[in-house]
Amino acid sequence: MMVDGVEDEEKWLAAGIAGLQQNAFYMHRALDSNNLRDALKYSAQMLSELRTSKLSPQKYYQLYMRAFDELRKLEMFFKEETRRGCSIIDLYELVQHAGNILPRLYLLCTVGSVYIKSKEAPAKDVLKDLVDMCRGIQHPVRGLFLRSYLSQISRDKLPDIGSEYEGDADTVNDAMEFVLQNFTEMNKLWVRMQHQGPAREKDKREKERSELRDLVGKNLHVLSQIEGVDLDTYKETVLPRVLEQVVNCKDEIAQCYLMDCIIQVFPDEYHLQTLEILLGAFPQLQPSVDIKTVLSRLMERLSNYAASSTEVLPEFLQVEAFSKLNNAIGKVIEAQADMPILGAVTLYSSLLTFTLHVHPDRLDYADQVLGACVKKLSGEGKLEDNRATKQIVALLSAPLDKYNDIVTVLKLSNYPSVMEYVDSETNKVMAMVIIQSIMKNNTQISTADKVEALFELIKGLIRDLDGAAHDQVDEDDFKEEQNSVARLIQMLQNDDTEEMFKIICTVRKHILTGGPKRLPFTVPPLVFSSLKVLVRQLQGPEENPFGEEGSTTPKKVFQLLNQTIETLYGVPAPELALRLYLQCAEAANDSDLEPVAYEFFTQAYILYEEEISDSRAQVTAIHLIIGTLQRMHVFGVENRDTLTHKATGYSAKLLKKPDQCRAVYACSHLFWVDDQDNMKDGERVLLCLKRALRIANAAQQMSNATRGSTGSVTLFVEILNKYIYFFEKGNTQINAAAIQSLIELITAEMQSDSNSPDPAADAFFASTLRYIQFQKQKGGAVGEKYEPIKV
Amino acid sequence: MNYLIGAFKPACNISITFADGKNRKQVILKLMWLCLRTSIFACCMKSVKVLILICNVHSADGDECVAICVYTKVPLKKENGQTIMVPLFQSQENISGKISIEPVLGKKVEHNGVKIELLGQIEMYFDRGNFYDFTSLVRELDVPGEIYERKTYPFEFSTVEMPYETYNGVNVRLRYVLKVTVSRGYGGSVVEYQDFVVRNYTPPPSINNSIKMEVGIEDCLHIEFEYNKSKYHLKDVIIGKIYFLLVRIKIKNMDLEIRRRESTGSGANTHVETETLAKFELMDGAPVRGESIPIRLFLSPYELTPTHRNINNKFSVKYYLNLVLVDEEDRRYFKQQEITIYRLQENS
Repeated sequence: MMVDGVEDEEKWLAAGIAGLQQNAFYMHRALDSNNLRDALKYSAQMLSELRTSKLSPQKYYQLYMRAFDELRKLEMFFKEETRRGCSIIDLYELVQHAGNILPRLYLLCTVGSVYIKSKEAPAKDVLKDLVDMCRGIQHPVRGLFLRSYLSQISRDKLPDIGSEYEGDADTVNDAMEFVLQNFTEMNKLWVRMQHQGPAREKDKREKERSELRDLVGKNLHVLSQIEGVDLDTYKETVLPRVLEQVVNCKDEIAQCYLMDCIIQVFPDEYHLQTLEILLGAFPQLQPSVDIKTVLSRLMERLSNYAASSTEVLPEFLQVEAFSKLNNAIGKVIEAQADMPILGAVTLYSSLLTFTLHVHPDRLDYADQVLGACVKKLSGEGKLEDNRATKQIVALLSAPLDKYNDIVTVLKLSNYPSVMEYVDSETNKVMAMVIIQSIMKNNTQISTADKVEALFELIKGLIRDLDGAAHDQVDEDDFKEEQNSVARLIQMLQNDDTEEMFKIICTVRKHILTGGPKRLPFTVPPLVFSSLKVLVRQLQGPEENPFGEEGSTTPKKVFQLLNQTIETLYGVPAPELALRLYLQCAEAANDSDLEPVAYEFFTQAYILYEEEISDSRAQVTAIHLIIGTLQRMHVFGVENRDTLTHKATGYSAKLLKKPDQCRAVYACSHLFWVDDQDNMKDGERVLLCLKRALRIANAAQQMSNATRGSTGSVTLFVEILNKYIYFFEKGNTQINAAAIQSLIELITAEMQSDSNSPDPAADAFFASTLRYIQFQKQKGGAVGEKYEPIKV
Repeated sequence: MNYLIGAFKPACNISITFADGKNRKQVILKLMWLCLRTSIFACCMKSVKVLILICNVHSADGDECVAICVYTKVPLKKENGQTIMVPLFQSQENISGKISIEPVLGKKVEHNGVKIELLGQIEMYFDRGNFYDFTSLVRELDVPGEIYERKTYPFEFSTVEMPYETYNGVNVRLRYVLKVTVSRGYGGSVVEYQDFVVRNYTPPPSINNSIKMEVGIEDCLHIEFEYNKSKYHLKDVIIGKIYFLLVRIKIKNMDLEIRRRESTGSGANTHVETETLAKFELMDGAPVRGESIPIRLFLSPYELTPTHRNINNKFSVKYYLNLVLVDEEDRRYFKQQEITIYRLQENS
């Protein structure tokens, strides 16, 4: 049916155009032969095509445009006719003899245009007559087009100041009055469309109306172009009159469009000076009007205006733009009780943007806006509306964007309260935005109070809120979020140790609430952050602030660290905890705190024994332990022995032989610390290596027994490398002969039948041999040392 | 043959010439001598309304001097449908001129007297051919005798009372005519007619109230209309407005019609004929409450006559403004108001 309708419309349009062209043809003929009577007759017939009710506005427009072109020619003719001596007044009467009103009025407007140009009567009188006579067209579409025609032909003939049609003292008023009246009538017609026709075609009608809206809006544009409409006139007449019409028409579409029109068409400066009047209209609009968009655009324009030049800022202050806008928004929200929360939030968001632009120095304004928003939100509970939450994010992001400084934002006392009202998802998003802002701007958050406030803000990331379902959380997103938090923790810095410690305590307090899933992400940065304090302490000036104040001693820090790491037990994340313990132990080492270091090692060992059961994890852990232990210099002989012994013991007890082997030869380093002469126990090094060899051997045999091949010689080559290392380091227990025999052993192994080829091991061995060769060729002491070894 | 011609043709030609009225505007032009068979010759100038009558002045010496009298001539529709231009008079004017009688082929005309009559007649079409004379003036021009050659008689009816205007209606007409009769005993009288038109001018009425009225259908349509006057002259403009107080019907358009109501006869035989002379669209589309629609209707394009009230108890012609509203189902809602049309003295 719809298709038929469209096709029919095409047909009607075609018929209309055909009729129009035919009559236009006769009209032209009459024009050519200067036959006024026929010209009038055929032009009226031509215009009769515009009397159709069958076309949609769009199609009607096509027809109208053709008629419009023809009327231009007719107008030229009328002009010539008056030059030939035909009185314009007679012409003006003559066209009014047409029986049908629509052609009559088109002709009247056309002659009217010539009449004004002839200046035989004041422009204002002719215009007044035309705009009055046009009342005869009450059909919305036809009326709108007719008046649009009137507006078109009169645009350059308004008795404006400076125009050649300028009249007496009141001339601007006349021009304005004309446009206003035409505007009012057009708007009435436009609004009336809504109420005519069957209810089921409402959508179609609204679509058609929106197609026509520019015809109405054009009048406002014309008004804005009138030279004589200065601020005073605008304030006293134009705006009140336009607003009166807008408010009284009680039509949603019209109000929405026209308010926007007013805002876009007239200069910002006018808006600023008439804010009160303009804003006063908003609460009077229909409840369904999308006020938020319109008001937002107003504020956007004003914001841009404020941003355009600093010179205009005093104007804003002078007219108290902020408080006016603020009041207006309050009133609008109050008046439209069932305005969706989205609307309110959008409004506050725009207002906030506005105040940030215009009064960047007035944090209290921003806070006031947020406060109002909180008040509104408090009646609503958690937000469900997606778009509303988006707006909240925009609202909350605005100050961040503006100040680029979370510290400033933290001063907004209502900021966290707003965040209360968004769901946990949004809370997270917002928290991310905040963190990103901090990252981007490298913001220094340097007091515990601020940190406290900040973490309060981003608590969506720090802990589960209200038992919100976290089952839906995407693993990657979660990681991303927690990584951000981790980065944030790293950003927190204060050169004052005391304050920094406080910050750490604050952070700790917060992150400990995070639950097992978050701790693995958040504890490490905290630990390292704390360690940094100690490092800085060590590198810092000689005087020891710890000693004097006594409140924040390294010990205290370590205690805190210990307790912090302990929380990972519950996760459980023993490997991570172990690493952190070791890290702390090393820090304690640097701080010369043997008992502390010992304690950390103990913790690590306990973890190793009790919690780390996976063999791979054990391997990793044991290597970490060995590596750390190797660097420890704080321990006395006894402690060191205990720990070393334990480590060696653990190494030998690893499950897989190769792992055992590697761990054991790694242990050899525990007895040989290069820069500490008291830690060079060559014998025990050799013992370790021999033990490793034994294990390697056993591994080969085991492999032989189970798989029929001896497996790789890699372990041997690795051990060989250790030999060479210690040989070079001057361990007297390791001599050339031992190396020589090991080389031979490996060579033999490689040549044995049961050996399965392993190119990697071969290459490794070959390059080891090459190294020896290289060292031999070096000559000097080194070459000499290697001399006995034959390859 | 000649005998036959003489038998069927009138024995003489009669021509009636109006003299230029004393109070008429005159233009004397010197023209080349014109030989005119008929002494009334119309020469149409630029304006159709103004005609120049050229009267052949038969001065004794047969001078070439020609007097040209400017008569206002107006078109008059004859019974046969032809439109001819005839002179225009108004009441109280002197109607004068000359009659010239020229015997055919130089024969003598015997007669029992020559007379001229000025007749005001009303003819009802249901009784066609039967004229009722409401005015009848006679002038004897000649005593019985014989006419041998062209003979000219001046005539004059002074300050003739012609209260009624010439009118051509649907069922009735009112005409003025000059009738010249050459009475003859046998062979029949020779009669010649000359129509002329009478129009009477009225000064603007001292009281001319507007027509203002509120009409409506209960709970359906209430309008208030206003026409600026109740009496309009023929070239007048009707100015007014229609104000919609209540609109509950879907109006499609609104027209203002000018209707002429001609009633003839009297009593049981009254016959009424109504014509719509003008249909003027005032409004297109459906108005809403509070709308005010302007009216501006120029009367000049329409063929109106003044209102005639009870002309000699024979007929009346009245005019009405009919406001018609048409709804979307093509139902018509109308209100008719009588207006008086008068002929305004143009130079007043």
